[in-house]
Amino acid sequence: MSRSTARIDVKKVNSELVTLTYGALVAQMVKDFDNVDDVSKQLERLGYNMGIRLIEDYLAKTATGRCLDLKDTADKIQSAFRMYLGVQPNVANWSPAGDEFSFILDTNPITELVELPEEIKGLKYCNIICGVIRGALEMVQLDVQCWIVQDQLKGDANTEIRVKFIRRLEDAIPAGED
Amino acid sequence: MVIYGVYIVSKSGGLIFNLDHNVPKIETEKTFSYPLDIKLHYENKRVSVEFGQRDGIHVGHVLQAINGMPVSGRQLDDGRDVMEVLQNKENFPINLQFGRPKMTTNEKIFLASMFYPLFAIASQLSPEPKSSGIEVLEADTFKLHCFQTLTGVKMMVLADRIQAGIDILLRRIYELYSDYALKNPFYSLEMPIRCELFDTNLKLVLEQVEKTGTLTV
Repeated sequence: MSRSTARIDVKKVNSELVTLTYGALVAQMVKDFDNVDDVSKQLERLGYNMGIRLIEDYLAKTATGRCLDLKDTADKIQSAFRMYLGVQPNVANWSPAGDEFSFILDTNPITELVELPEEIKGLKYCNIICGVIRGALEMVQLDVQCWIVQDQLKGDANTEIRVKFIRRLEDAIPAGED
Repeated sequence: MVIYGVYIVSKSGGLIFNLDHNVPKIETEKTFSYPLDIKLHYENKRVSVEFGQRDGIHVGHVLQAINGMPVSGRQLDDGRDVMEVLQNKENFPINLQFGRPKMTTNEKIFLASMFYPLFAIASQLSPEPKSSGIEVLEADTFKLHCFQTLTGVKMMVLADRIQAGIDILLRRIYELYSDYALKNPFYSLEMPIRCELFDTNLKLVLEQVEKTGTLTV
């Protein structure tokens, strides 16, 4: 295709705007729910719903093809991180079977200005990213599990997001694609 | 250089968007004397020309009005039956208006879901494994171009046979879909797209393609 990489990031916004908006959302949810775990769960759901829409945007703007192995998938998610969050995570910690890997983020724009108060230490603040990854991959017929292993907000050096491949959704693959 | 229409079919095969673009309107009006020298018949809730093509009235054209009064089905607006009116000598000379039949929304939905299995069958019939479905379907008056996204949504464009740059146009429509339909929080997936921004932007792109033959993105 004639599409060049030049078009990919046309509209840029200050990452602080995203950080603040997301912060406002989470703060409101913490107020609305009694339970911190519920908030984490809702954030994941929210992410999932974003992911199933965002994937189309990613595919339309990058014109990538279908992934044939998980390494390929990891690379593409990495480029999606750059497109949507402006950071490039490292892909690391591959499992021996090659069905699990981690994204290591040394800076995470959505937690940049955030400190977690003691009473909600259990909150998975970036759970939205896990949801987005799961939702987006589900639309291209990959069933994955995604969770946070390390979190800078909880004193770890990096943020680590783990992705585990579960199966290909064979029956959901559109005709002419399988 | 004409694009006739754009269709989007969802993953499950339902028509979620269609746009008729630039279909030239063909209407012919003529005064007839008794007896009528073209054969009309009633089929699919339309009175159409069966035989006797002349003066721009073609076989398959539909009777739209009699003496300026619109025809719906086989009835005139004042309740009279079309066939009876045309058989009565006293009504002549009479002025009849014919035109190309327009597809109703129901027929469009029907045809769109018909394309879905055709696409799947094509990929199964293929002598090569891992074949795609139908990408181009060519007839003597038009070409249908189909692009299926990785998520299973199909974008289809009906265009003139010589219209160039449809591949890029299809990708551009996909971009518009991801921007103006999917990023609209009030649009739910798999539902018909009723987004004004999507419509206006799509029309802009189509005009650009028709004018220049290509898209300069």
